[in-house]
This record gives sequence, structure tokens and C-alpha cells, in this order.
Amino acid sequence: MVNTTARPDAAEQTPGEKTTVRRTGRTTSRRRGAWAEGHTRTIVSPLELKSRWGRKIYWTLLVFVLLVFTLVFVFPLYWMVTGAMKSGEEIAQMPPTLFPKHPDFGVFADAWKLFDIGTLLKNTLYYAVGAWLFALAVDVCAAYALSKLRPMFGNIILAGMFATLMIPPIVVMIPAYITVTDVPIFGWHLLNSPWAIWFPVAANGFNIFLLKRFFDSIPNELLEAAEIDGVPPWRILVSIILPISRPILGVVSIFTVVAIFKDFVWPLLVLPDSEKMTISVGLSQTAGAVTQNQIMAGLVIASIPMIIVFFFFQRSIMAGLTAGSLKG
Amino acid sequence: METLTVEPQRRTAPRRRPPSKRGRAARRNLSAYGFLCAALFCFAMFAWWPIVKEVLLSFQSTNLVDPPTWVGLDNFRTVVHDPAFGQAWRNTLVFTLLALVCGYIIPFAVAIVLNELRHARAYLRFVVYLPVMLPPIVAVLLFRWFYDPGPGLFNQILDFVGLPTLSWLDSTSTALISLVIVSTWMNLGSGVLIYLAALQNIPGDLYEAAELDGAGIFKRIWHVTIPQTRLILLLMLMLQIVATMQVFIEPYMLTGGGPENATVTVAYLMYQYAFVYGGNYGAGSALGLMLMVALLAVAAVQLRLTREEK
Repeated sequence: MVNTTARPDAAEQTPGEKTTVRRTGRTTSRRRGAWAEGHTRTIVSPLELKSRWGRKIYWTLLVFVLLVFTLVFVFPLYWMVTGAMKSGEEIAQMPPTLFPKHPDFGVFADAWKLFDIGTLLKNTLYYAVGAWLFALAVDVCAAYALSKLRPMFGNIILAGMFATLMIPPIVVMIPAYITVTDVPIFGWHLLNSPWAIWFPVAANGFNIFLLKRFFDSIPNELLEAAEIDGVPPWRILVSIILPISRPILGVVSIFTVVAIFKDFVWPLLVLPDSEKMTISVGLSQTAGAVTQNQIMAGLVIASIPMIIVFFFFQRSIMAGLTAGSLKG
Repeated sequence: METLTVEPQRRTAPRRRPPSKRGRAARRNLSAYGFLCAALFCFAMFAWWPIVKEVLLSFQSTNLVDPPTWVGLDNFRTVVHDPAFGQAWRNTLVFTLLALVCGYIIPFAVAIVLNELRHARAYLRFVVYLPVMLPPIVAVLLFRWFYDPGPGLFNQILDFVGLPTLSWLDSTSTALISLVIVSTWMNLGSGVLIYLAALQNIPGDLYEAAELDGAGIFKRIWHVTIPQTRLILLLMLMLQIVATMQVFIEPYMLTGGGPENATVTVAYLMYQYAFVYGGNYGAGSALGLMLMVALLAVAAVQLRLTREEK
């Protein structure tokens, strides 16, 4: 199966794929990019779109969708940013103002201090980087072993790892918490330790699934020559497999980091010390004690890292989403 | 690109200096388990053991200090006789149903519309996924402010249009729906993008054939689009149910389960047993076990359906 979903607009790069609708001589297309016949045909045929009514309906629909999306998804964020800059009186005013009268940027500094955002961000970043390194190392090794070395009982282990996908973490929140307070056999006490975050993050069936699927698609012929020459498995992994796996490593990395920033319940339980909290938990604990505009300022600051990540890694994130959904 | 199927057995072609087959297989297994050991440790301790422990804890009473004692079905009795028990399951079920309408049907419809549009696609895709990237706490606290009965944005809008204002989170009739709205806003984007990818894989000539047979636009959706995306639809149905069954942050941050238990969900009740009402870990685990069985039942049904599809 060809997977074009990783490049969402791949559909637009096949001008040879003409639809059977014959072009009438006159081409009225000044916007050739959008109306090109190469666009994969969808429910409505190009011919129907080009009729007078078709065009009218299309443009009305487009404007409507753009408006609704902007209102529903962008406007709340605009309200958050401007809400942060309003004064206490202005924020409680009815009807509300669309723009702050005297935008006050000092509130961000206040929020930074009140929420202790410096510490929270530093903690979260530390957990995220650690989780990223640890989970990637553990899961890549496991997926490589299961995909290429194929040990005895490998399939049973794999089934056990995939089975955890069926049971969401929150359902076993209590026993998991008890495990962290006293790890069986080893007797470690991991509360308030970053390992309480890092160990469970590495036990991620979804990462194993993505990585293994990618490694399975690497032809064995590539590795056999090296094997015959007696190159040890770890050298094969590092110098042959990892360089070709860059795209999938990117996807797994981003998902791991984003998950750490988004997670709430687990850090709430295992990192109770206010010096060790993540940004999400820290904001929730202090939100009751500060004013509305300071809360909004805190939220704005907390959103910025994720929005930047999304901006730069949009393509990888979308690829990972669709790769995961093709399990069926 | 064609993927090569990997045969489980090693190639039996004679190699140079084979150090006996069994020796090689043993070495292979040894190095494989070397690579696996870290992952096995993480999974065993933090994924598999908690599942077993949940079952054990359901029949035990423990305070984490003294050794646990076996108490038979006492925990289950405690849980079932709790007045909040029925309410929590009802709320979780209602929440799941509402979230399915909002979070399952709407994204599919949105994806179909987006797939038809030829302009601004990148912008729309970016915007719809934006809330998914935000930490949930941001969405939840933002909406808490919107729901404010006084100067909150929603009531101001209703007032502006001339509709009666609502008390959103403070009334038993609207509290649960308010939580569903937040959840939907946060999670709509991933559904839309997954459906969009599935829609882009539908070959265009199917639509053409349907059109030649005289099928109108809605008929084309019914006879081509839906059958072609059925597997994804099934999978997403299950993922949605699993996701909404574990609603926690919304009641925790917005309502604390109130008003009058109107928004207590099963996951939230579990949390309360273990971490709010003086560490009743047994009762919490018993409730968790029930939720786990419910989810596994859903998963089993889904697997059956998927098998039949194929």
C-alpha cells in the first residue's frame, strides 16, 4: 500500500493523473494551482465545481468554513492573550471590550513570578528531555530486537506490549502509583523523582508499534552483508538502521515530548512537591490564588512552547497521527 | 514501495564457518534479549504489574504501611453501595454518548468538507489541530473563564444576541454538557486529521463511477465514502470510547464532581477514593477493575467487528 498520507498535499503533484473529464477549450483558470485537474478527484467532480452554481456554492462554503474555524479555534486563543493584558476592572466589565484599552505587558512578568513559571518550565523541560532520551533508547533497542533479531517468545512479548494499548493509564492509576512508591523487587521509592515519569513513558506500546513497523520495512538484504562479515548487532543498529530511520525517530521524539507537556494526572500524583511540579500541574495548583488576568498570562506562557513545536514540526506530527491510525 | 515479508526461520544456505546452528541461535537470542531487557523491565514494572496489582488490590485492604489483608468482596460492596456509584457510571455513559455525537460524527463531517475544499487547506488543518497541542490545563482554565456566569464570554454572547443566559457549570442540567464542550474543543483536531488522511486514500474513480450511475452528492457519501473508510471509523469509535471513559481533568478542574454529583465520572471517583478520602486504595482499585473490564469488553467487540469486516 502506498502511504501518501505522510505528505498531506502529495495529491497535488501528479499532473499526469488527468481525470476523464475533457477540458473544454477555454481555460478560465488564473488560479492554476488550486483548480488544476491534477487534484485528486473527491466527492464533487471538477465539472460540477465549474458550473455557475457550483462555483457560487463552493465560495460561500469556503468563506463560511474559514469564518467558523477562525471563530471556534483561533478566537478563544485571541481572547486568552488579550484577556491577560486587560486590567482587573476591564476584564470584569460587561459587555467586554474587544481590544484591551491599555495593553499591560507587565502582567506576564507578574504571572511568571506568582506561578514560579521559571521553575515549572525548567522541570518540565528536564522531564521532557530525559523522557525523550530514555524512551527513545529503550524503545528503539526493543523494536530492533523484535523486528530484526527475532528472539524466542518475541511474538508473545510483542502481544503483551500491544495489549497495554487497550488499557488506558488512568484505569490503573492507583496500582501504578503504589508501584512507584515501592518498586517491587528493587524497593525503590520514586515519588518526586524524575524516574517516576521516565520509566512509565518508556513502557509505551505505541512507540514500539511505530518503530517496529518501520524496521520491518527495512529489507534484510541490507543487513545480511554486514552480518556475514561478523559486524555485531549494535553496530548494525547504529550505523545502518538508525540513519535510515530518521523520519520515524522524529515522530516518536515529538510525540514523547508533547505527551510530557500535556500529561496531567500522572505528574499530579507522583510529583507532589511544588519544587518538582510540571507546568500543567503547577498552573492548576496556583490558579485559585491569583487574579483572572494573571491566570490568562500564565496560560499564554504555558502554551507558547507547544505552539512553537507545532509550528516547526507540523509535518512530522501529522505523519505520526496518520501512521498510527492505519493500524486496522 | 513493497515491504518484504520477513520469514521467521533463518535462511538455511550454508555460510562460511558456521559455528554450529544451535550456537548461533543461542547467541542471537542472547543479544536480542540484551537489547530487550530495558524495555522488558519498564513494561513489567510499570505496565504489566499494575494490571495484576489492580486485581489483587481489589480484594485487599491496604494503607501502604502495614502488609495488606484479604477482605474478599468488601471493596466491591463499598463501591456499589456508594450513592455516587450509579451516578458516576451514568455520567460516564452520558458523557461518552454526547462526546461520540460531538467528537465522532462532527469530525467526520468536518473532514469531508475540508477534503472538498481546494483553498486554505494548510491553514484549516493547522487551526483545527491547534487546541490539541495545548496542554489540557490551558483549555480547561480558559473555558472556566468563558463559562463564568457574569462576565464570561459565552453569557455575554448570548446576551448580545438576545438569548437567555445559562448558568453553565453551576446547574445540574448544563454542567455535564459544558464539560463535553471543552473536551470536544480540545480533541476534535486529531479526529479530523485522521479522517482526512483516510479520505485522501479513496481512489477518485470510485466517485466517478458513482457519478456516472447518477448518484447525487449525498448518495456518493453514503455509498462510496463511508464504506471506504469503514475500518477507520470502527477503530476511531473504539478510541473515542476509551478516551472518554477516562475523563478526569475536566471534572477535577471545573466542577469538582458537582453540582450534586452531576459531573462525577468513574475515573474521578476512583481518584477521590484513593487520594482524597484518606487512601481507600482497595475501593478505588475495585472501581478501576470494573472500568477495565468494561473497556476490554468494548475492545473485544471492536476486534470482532474488525475481523468480520476483513
